[in-house]
Amino acid sequence: MLTYIQEYVTELSKYTIAFFMALYTLESFIVFSHRIKRKNGIYIRQSLYIFIIQFLMFVDLALVSRNRDYVFFYAFVQVFIFVAVNIMPLIYENCDRLLLNHMCMLLGVGFCMISRLSFQKALKQYVIVIISFALAMFVPLLLNRLSFWKKLTWIYAAVGILLLGGVLILGEVTHGSKISFTVHEVTFQPSEFVKILFVFFVAAALWEDISFKKIAVTTLLAGIQVMILVLSKDLGSALIFFVAYLFLVFAASKDFRYLLTGLAAGCLAAVGAYFVFDHVKVRVLAWQDPWSYIDNQGYQITQSLFAIGSGSWFGMGLYQGNPSAIPYVEADFIFSSICEELGVVFGICLILMCLSCFVRMMDNAVRQKDRFHQLLVSGLGIMYIFQIFLTVGGGIKFIPLTGVTLPFVSYGGSSVMTTMIMFFIVQALSMKGSKKEGEKQIVEKSTKASKEKASQ
Amino acid sequence: MSKKAQKPQKKKHHNNVIVYSTWLFTLLFVAMIGYLSYFTATSKQEMINNSYNSRQEILLSRNYRGTILSKDGEVLAETSLDEEENETRNYPYGSLFSHIVGYAANGKMGVEALGNYYLINSNSPLSEKAANDLAGKKNPGDTIYTTMDVKLQEVASDEMGIYKGAVIVTEVKTGKILALVSQPDFDPNKITDIWEKLVNNSQSSVLVNRATQGLYPPGSTFKILTALEYIRENPTDYDQYHYECTGAYKITDRKISCYHGMKHGSVDLAKSFAKSCNSSFANIGMTLDRNRFGETLDTFYFNSSLPLGLSHSRSSVVVSSDTSDAEMMQVSIGQGSTLITPIHLNMITAAIANQGMMMKPYVMDRVVSSAGTVIKAFQPESCGQVMSPEEASVLTQLMAGVVQSGTATTLKNNIYTAAGKTGSAEYNSNGDSHAWFTGFAPVEDPEIAVTIIIEGAGSEGDYAAPIAKRIFNAYFTGKAYGNY
Repeated sequence: MLTYIQEYVTELSKYTIAFFMALYTLESFIVFSHRIKRKNGIYIRQSLYIFIIQFLMFVDLALVSRNRDYVFFYAFVQVFIFVAVNIMPLIYENCDRLLLNHMCMLLGVGFCMISRLSFQKALKQYVIVIISFALAMFVPLLLNRLSFWKKLTWIYAAVGILLLGGVLILGEVTHGSKISFTVHEVTFQPSEFVKILFVFFVAAALWEDISFKKIAVTTLLAGIQVMILVLSKDLGSALIFFVAYLFLVFAASKDFRYLLTGLAAGCLAAVGAYFVFDHVKVRVLAWQDPWSYIDNQGYQITQSLFAIGSGSWFGMGLYQGNPSAIPYVEADFIFSSICEELGVVFGICLILMCLSCFVRMMDNAVRQKDRFHQLLVSGLGIMYIFQIFLTVGGGIKFIPLTGVTLPFVSYGGSSVMTTMIMFFIVQALSMKGSKKEGEKQIVEKSTKASKEKASQ
Repeated sequence: MSKKAQKPQKKKHHNNVIVYSTWLFTLLFVAMIGYLSYFTATSKQEMINNSYNSRQEILLSRNYRGTILSKDGEVLAETSLDEEENETRNYPYGSLFSHIVGYAANGKMGVEALGNYYLINSNSPLSEKAANDLAGKKNPGDTIYTTMDVKLQEVASDEMGIYKGAVIVTEVKTGKILALVSQPDFDPNKITDIWEKLVNNSQSSVLVNRATQGLYPPGSTFKILTALEYIRENPTDYDQYHYECTGAYKITDRKISCYHGMKHGSVDLAKSFAKSCNSSFANIGMTLDRNRFGETLDTFYFNSSLPLGLSHSRSSVVVSSDTSDAEMMQVSIGQGSTLITPIHLNMITAAIANQGMMMKPYVMDRVVSSAGTVIKAFQPESCGQVMSPEEASVLTQLMAGVVQSGTATTLKNNIYTAAGKTGSAEYNSNGDSHAWFTGFAPVEDPEIAVTIIIEGAGSEGDYAAPIAKRIFNAYFTGKAYGNY
């Protein structure tokens, strides 16, 4: 009997999941329409879709794998999403519900995919997400009550350089790159956290003074950080830092010449890197013609393409593909595994959802009254969207592979914690900018919340 | 979220540069999604079929390989299961369809390779799948109906006898492959046992599908293209052409001789073509614009990959303003460095029969599920109007002349009218040659095109044309009895 149910449920749920995902994505763009005055309905419907999609995905997983653990894990994930969706608006009345929904949806999809790949890793990820969420809840409080953030320019740069330099000298080599430290069996990837520091640094440096001299000094310090990342062979992070810097200078100076010069310099540097560093050359070769190097350099990318191609529009069904054929699938190629089992339609919706996050962040940035805040939010937005471009584009052979994570979806503690903090910084500034009496409310509410937390 | 309070000040704080950046990244994402969609829409089969893709095994662990049928439903390949669900791939016709149906062990070939994706996927109804699942059985892969005609294939194979070579029969209006024989052949039932022997024996090249992968000098069959170019360049007065054949054509120290030193005397274009007069065609060739001729040949898919799913070789010919007179004389009669695959010559022949419209040859007609639902029906595809209907009609008349009063009179009969061109392609300096025939019938309303190459058979007209005759006979008499 179960077999019959399974056969029908899994076949049907493929299309149902894609349908609700498409609906959710559609609403996440409808919400930008100025004609819609009351947007609460959209947010409530969206959270409903999240629960439906989560339910269908885990029913699928449990039925096909015949593993009862999925039922329990599902319960845990639901509790988290339920709490997150409901507690945020209670504590912070003016929080950005769209970003909150997107965060929950992406985390939910991530939990589902990671648990399908490795239960152990999913549990670990769950714990890190809970801790990150608890920590991130304090971000709006810290950011909005303390006022010295824009004065720490050189400290941000110094800490950033020290952390990145420390990894370069002392870090462990994983897959040929020096990117992490391990302390008591917990692995940190400092470049993730330095991302935030980096945006703070550039925003603080350029918010009031955009003289050529100031830009030159800032460029030098930013350049050092990018160079350290290149030397650590962490090309993905180096590119993210570089692009974020470029667009921050552009946003601060409002001068196209800086953007164009920067892009030209970037292209030159890329060509130089191609000839100087072998690992860059290998990536480019594997991108141009992976099929000729299918046994070695091209292995990852071809396996990723197999996964997407085999999944096609509606996927092979959860637990019915072979995503583990792709090396490091749970971190760098999670998008390909999603396309394989849940389908490319689902994958495209996911990309669009990330784009919706980005548009909302940039919209938020435009509305900021404070230049520092404006730069901060737009810098975080650019970093976020460019990272998605790198990981998705790399996995589908649109651009060469760089090996970065898909924020909120991929397995990786440092990545998810950093992204969570980034989102909450944007949340904090969106609340600050939204109402005159907002500040007061936030303070009241959050002191109440922290009291509640303390009493727990 | 109330942003009303901000509105009056919005203009002042509006940072257009941030808006530009947002649009820039949005466009980048649109391009990326477009790329992903294009990839998904075009490469599913290619991805599944790649031997490095482990998902083939996943599909084969759920489904057993589907059946391949002839156009009338005779089984050409099927998987049989014993009591313990062990799978064996059977080819009831043994070596008869060895190259076109192919094999599915030690790599894949023919329809087994071309249709692999369909054969390992199952579109059985869900209820059937669930029942199979419950019983611990695999689902049947989908069935492929090919365009192959067992009767014609048998005739073609029998007529070739012990000779090496290839025969292709296609339907001119659709491009359907009705028969495709390549000899020497092998028994796909025993492929795993004989594999080592076949691969190690470099002499026999049994695994090569000579019809699509064999490259031969086209010999006199190439005069079809030389004649076409002459007609193109002299559209009003090509029928005024005249040449006095003395058995050889000379320029400086280079000489082209007619077959067996024959003197054809006074010839026009039709007679030159019917008698396959080398001297006259060398003379025609010398009058042609070499650049234009090169361009014409490119539109006929020379020096490029054919629009064909089966694995095949590229035909090659070099004609340009750099071509020397000596080379040009050779090219005009299909000798020199010119090489062609039999399927390519068949496509050109069928295009003439089809009023200049070249059709893509195909062998898979439709895919059906175990419940009989059609999953995919393949449609005839054109690959270009390679010549005008008028040009095709002139060439048809020239080719009909070959049967009426030229080198293929053996095809004259009163059941149907055939048109064609013979050829003998020298492959060494001793004058040893392959025998060609390519042609179609009936002339009035062409139905099938037949192309034959017999390796090392010798003089033209004596070997290939009689085989074509028996294939035409089989087709048209079979048709009279209602078999076609």
